[in-house]
Amino acid sequence: MSNGDSGVLHRVTDALGGLRDWVDARFPLLKTWKEHASEYYSPKNFNFWYYFGALSLVVLVIQILSGIFLTMNYKPAAADAFASVEYIMRDVDWGWLIRYMHSTGASAFFIVVYLHMFRGLMYGSYRQPRELLWLIGMLIYLALMAEAFMGYLLPWGQMSYWGAQVIVSLFGAIPFIGDALAEWIRGDYYISDITLNRFFALHVIAIPLLLVLLVFLHIVALHKVGSNNPDGIEIKARKGADGKPLDGIPFHPYYTVKDLVGVVVFAAAFAAVLFFEPTVNGLFLEHANFEPADPLKTPEHIAPVWYFTPFYAVLRAVPSKTGGVTLMGLAILALFVLPWLDRSPVRSIRYKGWISRVALALFAVSFVALGYLGLKPPSTTYVWLARMFTMIYFAFFALMPFYTRWDRPRPVPERVRFHD
Amino acid sequence: MTDTMRALTVALALLLCLPAAAAEEEGAAWMHEAHIDLGNRASLQRGAKYYVNYCLGCHSARYVRYSRVGTDLGIDSQQLATNLMFTADKPQQTMDIAMPPADAKRWFGRTPPDLSLVARSRGPDWIYNYLTTFYLDPGKPWGVNNLVLPNAAMPHVLWELQGTQRALFREEKDAAGHAHPVFERFEPVAQGRLTAEQYDGVVRDIVNFLAYVGEPGQLERRSLGLRVLAFLGVLFALAYALKKEFWKDVH
Repeated sequence: MSNGDSGVLHRVTDALGGLRDWVDARFPLLKTWKEHASEYYSPKNFNFWYYFGALSLVVLVIQILSGIFLTMNYKPAAADAFASVEYIMRDVDWGWLIRYMHSTGASAFFIVVYLHMFRGLMYGSYRQPRELLWLIGMLIYLALMAEAFMGYLLPWGQMSYWGAQVIVSLFGAIPFIGDALAEWIRGDYYISDITLNRFFALHVIAIPLLLVLLVFLHIVALHKVGSNNPDGIEIKARKGADGKPLDGIPFHPYYTVKDLVGVVVFAAAFAAVLFFEPTVNGLFLEHANFEPADPLKTPEHIAPVWYFTPFYAVLRAVPSKTGGVTLMGLAILALFVLPWLDRSPVRSIRYKGWISRVALALFAVSFVALGYLGLKPPSTTYVWLARMFTMIYFAFFALMPFYTRWDRPRPVPERVRFHD
Repeated sequence: MTDTMRALTVALALLLCLPAAAAEEEGAAWMHEAHIDLGNRASLQRGAKYYVNYCLGCHSARYVRYSRVGTDLGIDSQQLATNLMFTADKPQQTMDIAMPPADAKRWFGRTPPDLSLVARSRGPDWIYNYLTTFYLDPGKPWGVNNLVLPNAAMPHVLWELQGTQRALFREEKDAAGHAHPVFERFEPVAQGRLTAEQYDGVVRDIVNFLAYVGEPGQLERRSLGLRVLAFLGVLFALAYALKKEFWKDVH
């Protein structure tokens, strides 16, 4: 490199450094960077399950960006919505790519969030002092369900329409205020142009804002208490002479480069679905939703998209509508109180006794099985199976205060054991 | 990773306890697969020709532009104008029809649906079986009925090609003891212009065209997908090497 070149380089770095100092004098730039990245200590033993938090954030960004571009061509009116989606799929440059990103992203969001939540269940990430972190996470999950439900109405296909009809009518099962509430949500006596218009507003502005805010709070709460880890050990309990956790490593660069690997693998799986099987044989985009909504023609089989089917199966397992809706609500609420149900002296499943392990395995199986059953037409066999799995689902929570106390945990090591 | 493996093994083992009841909703025994090939351009071109000649009189494909069909299937604008554009004068126009929906409803009992997306909502196999299982039924307005869509409102538009056939049913009792007819086989009544094999080819071409029309972007989608995956493969190698390098000093 000649002298002239290095002179230019020097001037550029000086200018950038000057800009950084100028900003830093007016905004806590370096402080924030240090506190949340370069000097934020994470346990060094994160395993496979610890990718899904970062991946949820990636999917959130995918959904927001693809959503912005969809909004530029989508028309939120009953007469135009379906055709505008086809216009995006056929006539807008790269419209099909943007639309499939968004539809694949919706399912991907729930996949990574379910795995993220299961990670929390396995390693006791909801336990003291992370209860609030868990609660904020549950609020994110609720907001995500509302977001997905309202978004699914927008293509205005048969399943959009009738799925929304069924789900909104569930609010009608609430005593006294039910019917008025359902009408208030729809803005009409049935799902109509008015409903579509307001769901669009909520899907595009209100809930995304709420989601972003909650995600921000989730991260702030996480960085206050620090991450849990597969061994469920508090790394802050053992610090070196320099005051840094012995089992901790700075988030940046260690986990930024590690998460990058996870993001690339995830992107490959995402691309495989998007480019080769975007409907996943009717699972991510239902076949019946390629027919325009027809308020006069009820489809013979109405099923919500797969991420709602575990709760849909619980609903159908109960003969009374009010009972079913109550149980479905409880199935979600039970997750909120989880931090206060677990009485085990240890956090991680690695050191919990066999009862807790079996309970968690049965719970996971029930959730998946209910999801499967919720997709199927409610035959007698399926309804009885759904009842059995619903019982297991609730037993996991209801009996937790007891079995976690009776269970005999194994000794917890003082330091984390190994890492990838 | 051991936790993961253990959790997955237990979960899989337990899930196998779910009865293999999924077989419940297999299609009827007479259903056949459409065996279409979207890479076969000649078949798609023939399908387009059959579609405009036999279907487009009643069934619009209102999201499909002639120009797009021309570009995707390699049909030049001259051929497009003389052979396909019977319902439009500009290639940018969509495949619409002139028949007023109200009249159509009066004539057929229901408005013939738009077929832009029929391959996505019903699937190619459904269309294939629909077009091959029309049989004589004097009790119906058009003298024909259909196995896939019983009491279909549509006449057998392709009868001149296929000829006519009779369906033979046998009585069978279900679990509750109610007798109901079960399809056994077809018996040819009148020979059509085409042999059975030729007719099968015509139907496959139409189904192929409808499958293309359902999502014109799908040809491009797959080829782009391969390139994206190849890029991500390279990126993975780099990201993995970077991770290894940084993590060398973590013990």
